[in-house]
Amino acid sequence: MPDPQVLSLAPAPAPTGAGVVASGPRRRRFSILTRRDKIVLLVIVGIPVFLDIAFIWGPTVASILFSFTNWQGYGGITAQNIVGIQNYTFLFTQYTLFWPALIHNLMWLAFFVFIASPIGIFFAVLLDREIRGSRFYQNVFYFPVVLSLAVVGIIWELQYAPDGFIDSALGLTKQTNAIDWLGNPSLNIWAVLVAASWRHVGYIMVLYLAGLKSVDPTLREAAAIDGASDVQTFFRVIFPVMAPINVVIVVVTVIESLRAFDLAYIINQGTNGLELLSILITNNSISEASLVGRGSAIAVILLVISLVPITLYLTRVMRSTGE
Amino acid sequence: MAIQDTSRPEAPSTTGPRSVSRRDILKGMAVVAGAAALPTILVACSSTPTTAPGGGGGGGAVTGTVTVGSNHSDPGELKGMQAINAAFMAANPGSKVVMNTVDHGTFQNQISAYLQGTPEDDFTWFSGYRMRFFASKGLATPIDDVWAKVKSNYTAGFATSVTGDDGKVYGIPVDYYPWCVFYRKSLFAAKGYTIPKTWDDLKALCTKMQSDGLIPIAFGDKDGWPAMGTFDILNLRLNGYQFHVDLMTGKQKWTDPKVTTVFQKWAEIMPFHDTTYAGLTWQKAADTLVQQKSGMYFLGLFMTSEFQATENPADLADVDFFPWPTLGTQYDSEAALDAPIDIWMVTSKSATLQADMDTAKAYMDFWSKGSTQLLMFQNQPGLIPAASDTDTSTYSDLQKKAASIVGAAQKITQFLDRDSRPDFAGADGMQGFLQKFLANPTQDTTGLQKQIQDFWDALPPATV
Repeated sequence: MPDPQVLSLAPAPAPTGAGVVASGPRRRRFSILTRRDKIVLLVIVGIPVFLDIAFIWGPTVASILFSFTNWQGYGGITAQNIVGIQNYTFLFTQYTLFWPALIHNLMWLAFFVFIASPIGIFFAVLLDREIRGSRFYQNVFYFPVVLSLAVVGIIWELQYAPDGFIDSALGLTKQTNAIDWLGNPSLNIWAVLVAASWRHVGYIMVLYLAGLKSVDPTLREAAAIDGASDVQTFFRVIFPVMAPINVVIVVVTVIESLRAFDLAYIINQGTNGLELLSILITNNSISEASLVGRGSAIAVILLVISLVPITLYLTRVMRSTGE
Repeated sequence: MAIQDTSRPEAPSTTGPRSVSRRDILKGMAVVAGAAALPTILVACSSTPTTAPGGGGGGGAVTGTVTVGSNHSDPGELKGMQAINAAFMAANPGSKVVMNTVDHGTFQNQISAYLQGTPEDDFTWFSGYRMRFFASKGLATPIDDVWAKVKSNYTAGFATSVTGDDGKVYGIPVDYYPWCVFYRKSLFAAKGYTIPKTWDDLKALCTKMQSDGLIPIAFGDKDGWPAMGTFDILNLRLNGYQFHVDLMTGKQKWTDPKVTTVFQKWAEIMPFHDTTYAGLTWQKAADTLVQQKSGMYFLGLFMTSEFQATENPADLADVDFFPWPTLGTQYDSEAALDAPIDIWMVTSKSATLQADMDTAKAYMDFWSKGSTQLLMFQNQPGLIPAASDTDTSTYSDLQKKAASIVGAAQKITQFLDRDSRPDFAGADGMQGFLQKFLANPTQDTTGLQKQIQDFWDALPPATV
């Protein structure tokens, strides 16, 4: 008899996350499980937990430990390799590329949150109005998303080249007046942000459009009957109804900003004005330099930064599921 | 100790008096080595190995497989590699060469992971500090037995360049390329320019070129390392060979006023460089010289491959070069320059190495022959063969001149990133610092120099 009940409960731990569930009522139910049920549960929970530890917690903890060493990847780690917080003090006080990289990451985040994502939402709202050629525009704006960032990088590199399309269109072809979009260290981050947004806008647009399609049309009708304008309808009715999608948009935007890597790396390996934390990690720890300790320290800092939006998101999600 | 080790190919000074050019030495060596090397060459060229040559170079015909990791990704160099592999297999019937070609920059970035993972048996690499670094980590196999057979084919400078800290030999030098100032003869003739001998000549010429609507000095530093060449040559002219070596190995400080003078001199000519340098690769910068948009270009001889790529023989015939002008210091007479040496090495972690060892070593042996190195040279004219028995009759005037400039140099250095720690010279180290300087050349460099020294001081203790 308990079997069907258990079966309906068994999937529950997986989506909420493995480690967190050990509340009172559950424990009571465990006692009525048969031996076989326990084994099944153990397998169901055990495999994700094992994978989680092996592929997420293991490397994370290893990175944190590496960040206190000056290990260069050769041979074992000895007591001499342990340098305490030296990597961190170097990053914060002396490493000239660290602060620019951090600032570029934050610029990336701000640009996406305040410019690229709102444009994507705006496009979605426009296309939702069934204007003529809506399908065509959808495809046009979505097209960059299909391309890999490597291809996006090459496309924009050609546009921005000193003899490329943009300078030629502006008539800036001489040595004295050509704008070096990707070479000028104070300009190139903006040029890359435009290229990255080109792709991001389409991504957000499609996500939001899908959400808009699922909004109950009677809400719009009711708003229209009440005499609300289009703008009022969107901000007072549609936008609040879209709350779950909005959260997804915010999360996607933050993730895309923090993991920014490809474009800058393709353009100049993330140097000369295009420093990003992710690239500093790569250049330090994986390149010929092989400064695993320093790379790990930067990775830990990026992790701490990432924890802020992750924590905000998770507390939100958990609060809403808890209700 | 490191000083001695870094002082690689003083080939001319150790082989003969300074007045004797490298070309003469090569000729001399050819006479001496000719008799001994001739049978080997014949065997290498003929596809029927009737007798296995004992000593004198050939290690006997082998029939195994060898896997090789190559960074020769440029089209010409790839062709050269294919020709060499075909020649090796022809000389050793039954043997097989399996080549894995990786883009030059990627190969370099991933070298430490590559050598620690499952590398091929043999691989392309750089001599000097870069070689000793990985040898000392136990990631390369010593090849003293091969070297014992082929060392007569190299001058003493080359021998130093492939000797590790433990005194064992880890590489076979295959080519080198000097860094010089390149120009088009036709352009200089048409405009009446003359070769600048001194610093003032150079600046005067640059000013003249600028008024003629040319970019005086082509420059492309997108990849970060080309700027190191300019730093090196100014440092060598202003502060001399020994300071370069000591600076690269940490015996001198980057905060030294001598380094400041290098940046100051550099700032004087920076306005004459291509202003779009930061977004240009060296190939694109070389193209401005090909297209006669720029007047001069300071780079390695490999740059001439862009002149060959036009497939118009007149272009390649038109390119010429001169050594960097003198700066009026006591070090001018050293005529020092960067002339990096490329080598082949044997890995240590290759899974197939034990089974392939004979073939792997025979492949190294094969590379030590001038005839093999010529096959590469015919496809990439910017890489000058290192072996003494190389048939120089096919050299163009350009290559003869390059060999003679290297011969005339009293001191030869490798390159900033080959003479120093790999974790210092990379994209997030020295390359980044030089880019910061270039973004504002007239800045007070005191702060920058301190940052460089701080960076050096924060590196893990060198184990080399």
